[in-house]
Amino acid sequence: MQVYLDNSATTRPFDDVREMMREIEAENYGNPSSLHMMGVRSEQELRHAREILAGLLKVKEKEICFTSGGTESDNLALIGCARANKRSGQHLITTKIEHPAVLETMKFLETEGYEVTYLDVDANGCVQTDTLQNALRKDTILVSVMHVNNEIGSLQQIRELSAAAKAFNPAILFHVDAVQSFGKYRIYPKRWGIDLLSVSAHKIHGPKGTGFLYADEKVKMQPVLFGGGQQGGRRSGTENVPAIAGMARAAEEIYEDFENKIERLYTLKTGFIEELERLDQVRVNAIPVGDEELSVRVKKSAPHIVSASVGGIRAEVLLHALEEKGIYVSSGSACASNKPALSKTLMAIGVERTLLDSTIRFSFSMETTKEELDYTIEALRELLPALRRYTRH
Amino acid sequence: MQYASFLIKYTEIAIKGKNRYLFEDALVARIRGALKKVDGTFIVSKNQGRIYVDTEGAYDFDETVEALKCVFGISGICPVVRTEDEGFEKLKEDVIRYIENVYPEADQTFKVHARRARKNYPMESMELNRELGGAILDRFPNMKVDVHDPQILLTVEIREHIYIYSKVIPGPGGMPVGTNGKAMLLLSGGIDSPVAGYMISKRGVKIDAVYFHAPPYTSERAKQKVVDLAGKIAKYAGTIYLHVINFTDIQLYIYEKCPHDELTIIMRRYMMKIAEQIAKETECLGLITGESIGQVASQTMQSLSVTNEVCTLPVYRPLIGFDKQEIVTISEQIDTYETSILPFEDCCTIFVAKHPVTKPNLKVIKRHERNLEEKIDELFEKAIETKELIIVE
Repeated sequence: MQVYLDNSATTRPFDDVREMMREIEAENYGNPSSLHMMGVRSEQELRHAREILAGLLKVKEKEICFTSGGTESDNLALIGCARANKRSGQHLITTKIEHPAVLETMKFLETEGYEVTYLDVDANGCVQTDTLQNALRKDTILVSVMHVNNEIGSLQQIRELSAAAKAFNPAILFHVDAVQSFGKYRIYPKRWGIDLLSVSAHKIHGPKGTGFLYADEKVKMQPVLFGGGQQGGRRSGTENVPAIAGMARAAEEIYEDFENKIERLYTLKTGFIEELERLDQVRVNAIPVGDEELSVRVKKSAPHIVSASVGGIRAEVLLHALEEKGIYVSSGSACASNKPALSKTLMAIGVERTLLDSTIRFSFSMETTKEELDYTIEALRELLPALRRYTRH
Repeated sequence: MQYASFLIKYTEIAIKGKNRYLFEDALVARIRGALKKVDGTFIVSKNQGRIYVDTEGAYDFDETVEALKCVFGISGICPVVRTEDEGFEKLKEDVIRYIENVYPEADQTFKVHARRARKNYPMESMELNRELGGAILDRFPNMKVDVHDPQILLTVEIREHIYIYSKVIPGPGGMPVGTNGKAMLLLSGGIDSPVAGYMISKRGVKIDAVYFHAPPYTSERAKQKVVDLAGKIAKYAGTIYLHVINFTDIQLYIYEKCPHDELTIIMRRYMMKIAEQIAKETECLGLITGESIGQVASQTMQSLSVTNEVCTLPVYRPLIGFDKQEIVTISEQIDTYETSILPFEDCCTIFVAKHPVTKPNLKVIKRHERNLEEKIDELFEKAIETKELIIVE
C-alpha cells in the first residue's frame, strides 16, 4: 500500500490538469504577447485562468499577477511594497512562524534599512490580536501573516488581525501567505481586509513552478523582475501558459463540492488524532485544549495538517521506517528539513527541546482515505516500540 | 595557437625493466578510455618510448587536458604544435611563430633541444640546435641562450611530422590503473575513505568498494551520496563496482547483545569481515580503509589492532600518518570534499556511545562477541546474500 501523507510539501497533480497542460503545450504554444492568432489564443488561456481565480476570490481580474509560485509571490509582495512605500515608513511586522519565503525576505529587507518586528505566537501557534496591536507603529507600512502554518497547521484569525491593523492606520498593507490555505478555505480578500495574498499551484494538485499574487489595484508595488513589461509591468517574463491554465483548472476542481470535502477532512483528522494520542509517548501539536469535543477544537486548526511529537525516536528515522511501509511523511517542514536545523515554528509554540528533533508532519489531501490513515496508525503501533528499543545513549 | 598533439610524459613506468611494455600498453589504454568522453577524434600511439596523442579536426583543449590530468601514470602533458616537414627554412619560421605565440614577451633564457627520430632528415641534432637557436636570437633580441638552466626548453622532434613543444602541464603521477591488481575499499560518506581509495588507485590498483547502509536509520540520500563519491573516484580509478550491504540487522543485534561502549569496535570488526569475504569472492588482493591513527576512538592503535585481527588479507591504510587538514586538502583537490560534508547520517554514527572504548582489549571483545553466537552467522550470510551491486562509471 502506498500512502502519500506529505501533501503540504506538494500534491499529486489532478489527472485532467495534467491532460489539459499537455494539450496546451502541444497545440497552444504561442507567446501570449505575440500579435498574431497563435498569441491571441494563448492570451485567451491566460484570461480564462484569471477569470476563474479572480472569481474564486471575488476580486478583479487585473489584480491577479501570475508568478513562479509561493516564494516569488511572497518576495514580490514584501520587497515590492516595502520599496514602493518607503516614504511612508520603514517598519514591517510579521510572525515568528512564517515560512522561510517570508522570514528570509524580511531578513533581506533588514539589510536594506527596514525594521522588522517578529510577533510571538501562543502555544497553539496563533497570533493574539493584542500582540499585533502592541507592535503597530506610526511608521508601520506592512503586516504579513500566514493564514495556515505549513508545519503545524495552526490557523490565524486573519479578519481580526487585519481589522486591528486597519483600525490603527488604514494605509497599512496587509499581506497573507495563503500557500497552505488556498483550497482549504474560501478566502475573500476584499471582505477580509487583505491587500496582498500569495498562492502556489502545486499545493492544490496543480503544477510546480506556478502561483499567483493577488494585489489590490490600489496597492503601490514596485516590480522585482524587470523586462518585457508583461502583466502590466508588475511581473516581466513570458507567462507559463500551460501551468497557469493547469493551476486555474485545479483551483476550480478543488472548490467543487467544497464544504463536504472539508467536512470529510476534519472527520479524518479528528479520528487520526484520537488514534495517535492512544499511542505511547505521542503528542499532537497545536490543537487547542479545552472542554469542547476534539471534533470542535480541531476546527480551530487547518483540516489537512497533523503535527505529532514522538518521544524517544528521531523524526528522520521514523520517517524512513514509515517509508519502508510505503508511507510518506515529513520531518518538520519539508522545505526546511534538508538542513538539519531545529524548527523555529516548533520552538515558537514551546515544543520541548527533546521533542524538537522527534516531530513529524502528516498532511492530507482531498484524496486521502480512512483506510490509508488506519494503515498508518497500524504501522506506527508496530514501529514505535521496535524503534524505541534502539536509541543513542 | 592550435595545439594538434600532446606528448605524454611518464616517469616511474619507464624503470620497470622487461615489464615496461605492459605498463605502457596499460597507460595507452587508460588514455584512450579517458578521452572517449571528450568530444573530438584522438589517436593515441606509442613509439620509440614516447606516447603521443594526436588530434584530428576540432576538439576542446581544456576538456582534453582535464581528462588527461585524471589518468594515473602520466607525469606531464606537453601541448605540441605539429607541422609538416617542408624544408628547414619553413621549420625556422614555424619555430619563430611558436615563440611569438607562446612567449609573446620573448625575454626569457632558452635552449633548443632537437631530436632527430627520423634519421634521414638532412641535418643532425647538434646542427639543428645551433641553427634554430641562432634564428631565435636573430629574431628576438631580448632572448638569451642558457644551456644549463634555461627558462624555456624548446624541444623540436623530427618524426613523420615535426613536433614543437616547451610547456609541461603536470599530470597526476602514479601508475596506470590495472597494473597492480585490485583491492576492496571500505567507502563511507566521510572525507577520508574517498581519499584513501584515490591514493591506492594512484598506485595502479583497480578499486572495488563496499558501503554499509542501515535503513531506516540512514537514508536513501546518504546512499546516493556514497554513489556520487564513488563516481568522483571513478574519474581517476575507472569503473567501480560498489557493493551495498544492508547492515541494520547486524548492527541492532550487536546493540542488543554487547556492551554499548564496544558497539562501534565490534561493528567495525564485522564490517571488515564482510568486506573481506566480498573481496575474496571478487579476487581483490587487499582491503583499503581511510583510517588515520588517533582520529576517533575506533582508530587508536589499540582499536586498529583489534579491528585488524579479523582480517587475513592485508589492509591498506594510506592515510594512517596524515592529519585531518592534509586529508581535507587532497579531498578538495579531487573534488570529493563538498560531497563528503553533506549532512547525512552514516551507519557509524547512529548508535555511537557517548564514551566509546578507546583502548579495547581483544580478549574482552572476543568474549563479548560470544553473545552473538546464536544468530550472527545467519545475519552475516543474509547481509552478503542481499547485497546490492551498483556499477559506477
